[in-house]
Amino acid sequence: MIRVLVALLFAGVASAQQMMPADSILEARTAEVASQLRCPVCQGLSIQDSPSELSQQMRAVVKDQLRAGKTPEEVKAYFISKYGEWILLEPKAHGFNLLVYALPVILIAAGLGVIVLAVRKWTQTPTST
Amino acid sequence: MNWKRAGIAALCVVPLIILFGYGLTRDPKEIPSPLPGHDASPFALTVFAPGQAPLARAPGDTVKLADLKGQVVVLNFWASWCLSCRDEHQILSQTALDYVGKPVHFVGVLYNDEPANGTKWIEQMGGQSYPSVTDPGARTAIDYGLYGVPETYFLDANGRIAYKATGPVNERIIRYLVDSLMAVAAK
Repeated sequence: MIRVLVALLFAGVASAQQMMPADSILEARTAEVASQLRCPVCQGLSIQDSPSELSQQMRAVVKDQLRAGKTPEEVKAYFISKYGEWILLEPKAHGFNLLVYALPVILIAAGLGVIVLAVRKWTQTPTST
Repeated sequence: MNWKRAGIAALCVVPLIILFGYGLTRDPKEIPSPLPGHDASPFALTVFAPGQAPLARAPGDTVKLADLKGQVVVLNFWASWCLSCRDEHQILSQTALDYVGKPVHFVGVLYNDEPANGTKWIEQMGGQSYPSVTDPGARTAIDYGLYGVPETYFLDANGRIAYKATGPVNERIIRYLVDSLMAVAAK
């Protein structure tokens, strides 16, 4: 019974995707890529969220390139080649950028270590009076 | 002195000082461009402001980068709504005239603006010696990784981007770059 329900669910999703107009799919893919690219004239906004003219024009470039058959990675690579990795809202995890990802983990681990040491110290029974 | 405590304190503080030192000695507005050293994107843009003799091009003419091979190209993005563009306009216009007869080509690219506004602005500024072209949809601007105006790109005779100047350019930098690029091309 569960298998039948799951199969029906997947069939429904697949048919919904098939029924989705090509324009809507392209719009959705454009929005997905555009939301990962930084607006050059804003503070911390993606070109998807920014109302600036340049962002709208960059979204049009994203859409045209996707329509022409480029993959999202190829579109992002185009913008990186023009603006540098700065254009990505989420920096790639390599080189100096690794610090952004590693630092929070290191700090949390260090904090936990300090707490453990402090708790141990507080709960230690005095060895001599 | 408790050396262990001093060591832990130093371990915590020194990286922070290095991080602050690194951050505070950088200009936050300066975003390095990956373009210098790479081939300039080709363009074919339509002239809307003809410029003045002997640099004039007829309105409607197409300026193609491919046709400018062998010449140093100064590509200046500007707009009539851009206040800083006023600071460099006269310098660019005069310097372009000074290089007449040499393998240097100045082109103005109107960025996110109406050609009519651009034409009116040029008139108000007392004219422009070299032609300006339109950039529909800012496609060329995006191809050149433009953040805002004014920005000026100096292309060498082989069609490579040699330098990107953000903000108004001055005569010294234009002459230095153009002369250097011409000297390299002449070798």
